[in-house]
Amino acid sequence: MLIKRSPNGIDLPFSSEITPQAVYEGRRQFIARMAATAAVGSGVWEMANREAFAQGAGQKLASRRNAALSTDEKITAFKDASGYNNFYEFGLDKGDPAENAHTLRTRPWTLRIEGEVKKPVTLDIDSLLKLAPLEERIYRLRCVEGWSMVIPWVGYSLSNLLKQVEPTGNAKFVEFTTLADNKQMPGLRSGVLDWPYVEGLRIDEAMHPLTLLTLGMYGQVLPNQNGAPVRLIVPWKYGFKSAKSIVRIRLLSRQPRTAWNDSAPREYGFYSNVNPNVDHPRWSQASERRIGESGLFQPKRKTLMFNGYDQVSSLYTGMDLKRFF
Amino acid sequence: MAVQLSNKQVGWVKALVFVLALLPFARLVWGTASGAFTDPLAAITQGSGEWALYFLCITLGVTPLRRLSGFNWLLKLRRMIGLFTFFYALVHFIAFLWFDHFFDVAEMFKDVIKRPFILVGFIAFILLIPLAATSTNGMIKRLGGKRWQWLHRLIYLIAPLAILHFWWMKAGKNDFAQPILFGLIVAVLLALRVVWSRTKARAAARA
Repeated sequence: MLIKRSPNGIDLPFSSEITPQAVYEGRRQFIARMAATAAVGSGVWEMANREAFAQGAGQKLASRRNAALSTDEKITAFKDASGYNNFYEFGLDKGDPAENAHTLRTRPWTLRIEGEVKKPVTLDIDSLLKLAPLEERIYRLRCVEGWSMVIPWVGYSLSNLLKQVEPTGNAKFVEFTTLADNKQMPGLRSGVLDWPYVEGLRIDEAMHPLTLLTLGMYGQVLPNQNGAPVRLIVPWKYGFKSAKSIVRIRLLSRQPRTAWNDSAPREYGFYSNVNPNVDHPRWSQASERRIGESGLFQPKRKTLMFNGYDQVSSLYTGMDLKRFF
Repeated sequence: MAVQLSNKQVGWVKALVFVLALLPFARLVWGTASGAFTDPLAAITQGSGEWALYFLCITLGVTPLRRLSGFNWLLKLRRMIGLFTFFYALVHFIAFLWFDHFFDVAEMFKDVIKRPFILVGFIAFILLIPLAATSTNGMIKRLGGKRWQWLHRLIYLIAPLAILHFWWMKAGKNDFAQPILFGLIVAVLLALRVVWSRTKARAAARA
């Protein structure tokens, strides 16, 4: 199935403002690998090939920039955003997902939306790509571990999808479930988390326009290691709240269990809003290292409340965010 | 029959171990300078911490290995390996003070007091300092062999503290495979000493 498409039928050119050099870099690396292949032989070819697949190289995804919801900060290099990942289904080290996620089959793929909704539905990726106009949004991403990136995601507000299934009056929470398949995901052998990976949001958080159902990044289809083919991005929360490779969305009347909260309730709360005033038990969250900025010879950046997305603060009026961390 | 080496041969082995022991450090420097590390701070902190632990285990392994193998020349490597333990612990500490806190000593101490896993790691590092400082022949003479030996038994306290530091650090992610492995290694290396010192005491009592 051809992926290059646009919501309004006009094939938009790949936006030239989106760090073209990062894409060029990727292409150059690929060409360099091809050259190495000629020199060294088929083993290297296979590796180059595998990586090309893992990174969804060449599969462009046209979108329109949503400038109002985008930051103008310097975008993180594609190589870093696609090579430094936490995706435990493919291993615990940051480099593991890029190395191992080539085994993930992203097509065919279906996403089931059910629970407290009037119109439960199962959608394939092509339907998801057509459900609403694709937007490019450049968001800050703050990892709970203390590092951050700036990434141009491609997708649309999750609310577009949720409105279509018509949540009932009982729908108070939304649960997101990641694929858990031993055959595709070598990391499932580790007992660090209770698989499948489950995350959750309150319904008003899920309906917030910033909450992005994400199908691509850097003008391309999502690389496998970044949570292909469909993931969530909730930019005012720590990265682990944004579930990857989602197979099921359930609307619930009660708060769902979530993977990290189950594993270490003292360290990872249900809300996990980016908050410089609430420390992680093992480190301060007051500052962060922006990946790609030479962090060693300059002080770290100050972390901003809600990762700088102040427009969500009204969702938490009157809540003690130290208690509901 | 245990292999014994001449002084010259021991010198060569020492030089080789010295170069090998610097390789992990060279990797950290190269990875940072070349931009190969996506997150240099994390890579340096993790790499130096791991190697401090490896060298700690190797240091503690010298005596048991010497006793079991009869390779007495191994003892001549122990000081250098011990100093590499300190070296990597120092790099680990500097990563924490410089790169993480950017020399904000007050902030650093706040962090140390607040977080038990940092506190035990910090104590282990502080306790290593007198051992490194008294590692020269001159200091051994000045202290006297017996007192020097007592001081250097601090390593029996430092090793469990280092394991605890590692254990608590990994506890957040329920990732205990490595802490258990290194905990067992240290436990065995320390238990051997207990066994040997008991046998020695019993032999002395009989005599």
